[in-house]
Amino acid sequence: MQNFTEVGLELIKRCSTDLSPDVEKRLREWRDKEEASSTARNVLDVILKNIEIARQEGTPICQDTGLLTFYLTLPRGMHAESIKKDLVGAVRKATELGLLRPNAVDPVTGKNSGDNTGGGLPYFSIEYHDSEEIVIGLIQKGGGCENCGAQYRLPDQRLKAGRDLDGVEKCVLDAVFQAQGFGCAPGVVGVCIGGDRAHSYLHAKKQLLRNLDDKNDDPVLAELEERLYEKLNRLKIGPMGFGGNTTVLGVKVGKLHRHPASFFVSISYCCWADRKRKAVIRGSNVEIY
Amino acid sequence: MAIEVRLPADENFIRSLKVGDEVIITGTMVTARDAAHKFMVEKRPEFLKDILRGTVIYHCGPIVKKEETGEYRIIAAGPTTSSREEPYEATVIEEYRIAGVIGKGGMGEKTSEALKKFGAVYFHAVGGAGALLAKCVKKVKDVLMLQEFGSPEAFWILEVENFPAVVTMDSHGESLHRRVLRESENRLKEILESFEVRG
Repeated sequence: MQNFTEVGLELIKRCSTDLSPDVEKRLREWRDKEEASSTARNVLDVILKNIEIARQEGTPICQDTGLLTFYLTLPRGMHAESIKKDLVGAVRKATELGLLRPNAVDPVTGKNSGDNTGGGLPYFSIEYHDSEEIVIGLIQKGGGCENCGAQYRLPDQRLKAGRDLDGVEKCVLDAVFQAQGFGCAPGVVGVCIGGDRAHSYLHAKKQLLRNLDDKNDDPVLAELEERLYEKLNRLKIGPMGFGGNTTVLGVKVGKLHRHPASFFVSISYCCWADRKRKAVIRGSNVEIY
Repeated sequence: MAIEVRLPADENFIRSLKVGDEVIITGTMVTARDAAHKFMVEKRPEFLKDILRGTVIYHCGPIVKKEETGEYRIIAAGPTTSSREEPYEATVIEEYRIAGVIGKGGMGEKTSEALKKFGAVYFHAVGGAGALLAKCVKKVKDVLMLQEFGSPEAFWILEVENFPAVVTMDSHGESLHRRVLRESENRLKEILESFEVRG
């Protein structure tokens, strides 16, 4: 049995210090769509410079290295316990090395555990597939943007939003409007239509793992994603909420079957520093994407 | 072109800054977040008064590394959300006569009033740019209350050079946040109305 501590540590290092190429590409594209010498363009230039410095020096992109969620996809029959234990070890080590800021606080005593573990942290999602590959996805999501997440229950009278896709769109538009610059815009928006309250939020967050350039398998959702991407950027909230053309870098929508009485729309808002990485392990071969 | 701000700064200069001005800041600034703000308002410590007069408070919980020489090095130091300090900031501005605050997300009406009354501004740093902003820190001059508050919450006294920011709330009662909120609200209304037309 392999030891996954090293893999985990490398994964965290990449995630924390080296922004995923799809996100960086979108930032560059939008930078060029901002007026020359506008504040919006200057802010995007600072962001792009920051990404380069973090990558070159191997230091965290942002001091808020977030809460960590590992998405494990394992071969059928494999036990998750030992890999989980190794990954927790990797989190401790990464905190020691300054790749992660200690972000795990007991909500009652206010005490910080100091190593990003304990009280349910780091989070794990575990699935199985018919393959020998072990896939470890990782999202590091900061607190400022997590605070901008929202859940709606349709119908929503304030938004005049019914139980249909127009209603869903209205919820997402409202959530991004409410977020203004607070979630470090331009953000990436994960959406889940349906589910119960808890699973709906989890599924919305899971959308953030997707490559920004992928196309949704579901053609209806694929169209919805494109529609929302265009409309959200019409709000012109701009980088950091200073105004400008760039409000969101991408929208990803998933769905879960719902109870007949419930219709939830959940939004997970992620800052521009959308830190996501994936390690794929085939035998002794490890690739990090 | 960005305007150079040298800290400590005098009130006349600060009052000349307007919403939308892009600045680069050089001089001494002091980090303070939640525990520090509570402390400044509840305990009103004398030892902070000389340090803070004319300088700015930076809403930031940095990642700091202690070198083998015993010196501190700032690894990542972007802004944290300022609105959490809204209950305290007006009092802090009055009590310590700071030239301003650096943070992200902007602040509320009470702080805006204090900026007007005492001639201070709100600078918005680029959220998430922790690596670049750490590079602007040339030296950690001192740290206070490190034992009591822990590293992210301590008062880090930093010597910075060419730290980029944007004035988003000035000493004339203007706020870029209010303006963008209003304009984006109008655009949202237009988009929502287009649904109704389509039926």
